[in-house]
Amino acid sequence: MVIRVIKNFFNRIFLDLFRRRKNFSLGFYGPPNAGKTSLANRICKDWTGEEIGTVSKVPHETRKIQFKEKVEIEYKGKKLTLKLVDTPGIATRIDYEDFLKFGMGKKESQERAKEATQGIVEAIKWLDDVDAVVVVIDATQNPYSQVNITIIGNLVARKIPVLIVANKIDLRKADIKKVEAAFPEYEVVGISARFGKNMEEFYESLFNLAGKV
Amino acid sequence: MMKDRDRLTLSFMTYQEIAKLESQARIKRILDVVLTGKIVILQGRLDSVEETSLIQTTMALVGRVKGFKGVELAVIDPNQNQAAWDRMKLRMARALVGQRYAFTIIGPASIVKEIKRDPKKIELMLSK
Repeated sequence: MVIRVIKNFFNRIFLDLFRRRKNFSLGFYGPPNAGKTSLANRICKDWTGEEIGTVSKVPHETRKIQFKEKVEIEYKGKKLTLKLVDTPGIATRIDYEDFLKFGMGKKESQERAKEATQGIVEAIKWLDDVDAVVVVIDATQNPYSQVNITIIGNLVARKIPVLIVANKIDLRKADIKKVEAAFPEYEVVGISARFGKNMEEFYESLFNLAGKV
Repeated sequence: MMKDRDRLTLSFMTYQEIAKLESQARIKRILDVVLTGKIVILQGRLDSVEETSLIQTTMALVGRVKGFKGVELAVIDPNQNQAAWDRMKLRMARALVGQRYAFTIIGPASIVKEIKRDPKKIELMLSK
């Protein structure tokens, strides 16, 4: 009886510690149209069968923080339970006229621009509440953008573990080497969230990231 | 916000001007100049948390200040992409004299269309 009580007590303590390390909130950050929601959707579809949000070619499709709780991921016998936090794309400029080019009306564009600015403010606030971050970069674009550098610098200052994902490697213009050269101190995984390319390597890196939380 | 498409004004700000200010006051000092339609060339840089706050404050101003669409921002920092030993030396220098071994360019988005950069060059593309 006494032995069982002691055993249960230790089990509870150690299991709690173990669980705490395996449960964490994972933020998706990056510039607009890099594929944050596509990646979050891919993970959700792989492990829950549901999606987290809609994607679009029009920038700033995600204008509010989107969550998916208790997403259980299994890789090579190891398990992780994540809270996925998909954030609006961070930008330093928002011009409603940019949305007109996509065939939107003036009023709709102005509303989208207003929501996008609020979304960026919210996304930055959420940096305080994530345990680890996947920074999603469009591998077809110049990685030396100040937004990328600022986000990663901020995460380092807050001691939040970072994994850089170079997305859209299915496109001919994609240059993962350029992304690696821009951020030589970080692990960079090239994927195509849209087509699920190289997700195995991504999940392996995600488990490595979990070890740093 | 001032609109003057025929004239481009660069406003040089020394690190000394912001060195003793609190974070929010630094951001305000920079944005006050940007809101007058000038491009700020700052000696040094904000730290990364301040840079994020600058983006946050900028976004809060878009829509509130007439004609303001945000900023274009670039930091040229010799500390980036250097060998570990060189980075350590620069960090030590920073601890002594502050973050002045860099240049920051911040311009209103209505004037600066884009700042293109790669490790060796920086280009300011202006709006027509």
